[in-house]
Amino acid sequence: MKQSDQSVSGKTHQTDWKAVRDEFPALHQQVNGYPLAYFDHAATAQKPRKVIDAITRYYEFDNANVHRGVHSLSQRATLAYEEARQKTARFICAKDPSEIIFTSGTTASVNVVALSWGRAHLKPGDEVLVTGLEHHANLVPWQMACAMTGAQLKIVPVDEFGEVSTDSVAEMLHSKTRIFAFSWISNALGTINPAHDWVQLAREKGITTLIDAAQVAAHHPIDVQHLGVDFLCFSAHKMMGPTGLGVLYGKKSILETLDPVFGGGDMIDEVTYEKSTWADLPYRLEAGTPNIAGVIGLSAAIDFLESIGWQNISRRESELLQYALEKLSEIPQIRFIGSPKERAGVISFVVDGVHPYDLGILLDEQGIALRTGHHCAQPLMRHFGITGTCRVSLALYNTFEEIDQLDRAIKRALRLLGISQSN
Amino acid sequence: MMNIPSNMKSIQDQLAADFEYLDDWEERYAYLMDLGKEVQGLSPEEKTSDNLIRGCQSRVWLITRYENNRLWMSADSEAFIARGIIALLMKVFNGQTPSDILNENFDLPERIGLTAHLSPGRANGLAGMLSRIRHDASLALGTQNRN
Repeated sequence: MKQSDQSVSGKTHQTDWKAVRDEFPALHQQVNGYPLAYFDHAATAQKPRKVIDAITRYYEFDNANVHRGVHSLSQRATLAYEEARQKTARFICAKDPSEIIFTSGTTASVNVVALSWGRAHLKPGDEVLVTGLEHHANLVPWQMACAMTGAQLKIVPVDEFGEVSTDSVAEMLHSKTRIFAFSWISNALGTINPAHDWVQLAREKGITTLIDAAQVAAHHPIDVQHLGVDFLCFSAHKMMGPTGLGVLYGKKSILETLDPVFGGGDMIDEVTYEKSTWADLPYRLEAGTPNIAGVIGLSAAIDFLESIGWQNISRRESELLQYALEKLSEIPQIRFIGSPKERAGVISFVVDGVHPYDLGILLDEQGIALRTGHHCAQPLMRHFGITGTCRVSLALYNTFEEIDQLDRAIKRALRLLGISQSN
Repeated sequence: MMNIPSNMKSIQDQLAADFEYLDDWEERYAYLMDLGKEVQGLSPEEKTSDNLIRGCQSRVWLITRYENNRLWMSADSEAFIARGIIALLMKVFNGQTPSDILNENFDLPERIGLTAHLSPGRANGLAGMLSRIRHDASLALGTQNRN
């Protein structure tokens, strides 16, 4: 039975979800003669008009370099940039805006920690702990840091449900572990990890923690005080902001000990030919002209998400997820990869005998945008004995009608591929 | 001995004409995948990382052999659509001379509405397969010129 969006909007505090969806220009188009149904939010989110306008307005009226000029445009750009830093700090409950470092994305944020913190704190015999659910962005930088310092990378195993048990985490956090870096939500399977509990376990043993929150920022509120985490990373583009901008949160006491990874403009105090001294936080870790337009876009994205409200977002996404799980479960050929008890709006599946690529192509022909492949998590795919999956990822702007469209499109593609129900 | 194929231009014309009969995307893909079923494929031992075309989302392996002044090829993929694309490439290029391969304007994908598959972003391997074939043809041409 098709559920109408109207009836659902009644349940979600009268949020007019059609009006919310209307704010996303890219969603209103035809692809291959079908209305676009965008289910690739976990790769990157679509952008609301407010974000696009904020970036355009900046380039049209305020464009100037920050922290440098005394002229009015530079003042305006600097003010907007630093206000955005304050807003971002408030957004994740950081104590001080200088704990917010703007980077080019989650990947860059993790790399800064792996390189700078890693170089200073890791030595042969030490261990770096990650989980088997990690995106390559929170795996490869640690491999590199270990290769550089002689530390060893340890992986907390994933079970058949796509979960990492807290018992295994507790067991593997021991006296040799220097840092525990983990994703809060798995981009490939949607597993929500008990981030708070894991950070507490590590803290009890004096182990530094890093959370990859790339898949969290558009879906759940983040409170770094409650989490007690040392580092937390996320990207603007997955929370409806622009690409090319990321955030690295770090506790001030730890950030102060980090040497810069990049040298250049804006990050120095004094430069002579013999040596340079570093600026204070956060500038020390932001060499060169930053992504000013990106930061302004992030600020607008935060406003957008907060204007809808976390409770509404969470209820909406959970209703969409339940409906999608229900519809996809009714297709007998579909085998879900991962069945975590706590799941964000991500569903990974395979159809035995069908390559995800084939299914992805045939769904695209019907206006469906989903992700196929290994989702930058090759070791995880290997764990499940597959090379890739089809991944549906949902956001607040998706509709129940789109899920129906997905359901019809999968059935049609499977018919075309000759995969009958009896297989 | 392998049969010497007709010239590539006429093969492309024939394939384009075949696809023109098909009404919609479903028929085009069904036909493409049917063509793929005719591809002989490779043995597991031949599916080595050297023979793997990089950058394809579905794995594609391609082997070429230079014999009697002609380039012969065999290939395989784990995806049906990629196998269909292999079939098209083999129909056009298999058994042609290296210089003909390098001079041929391969415009079949756009003529049959598969242009999207040429984009590297699609990562399906058509572009990769094509550049491997051209690369091997250049190598063969070098061998030919030295002899």
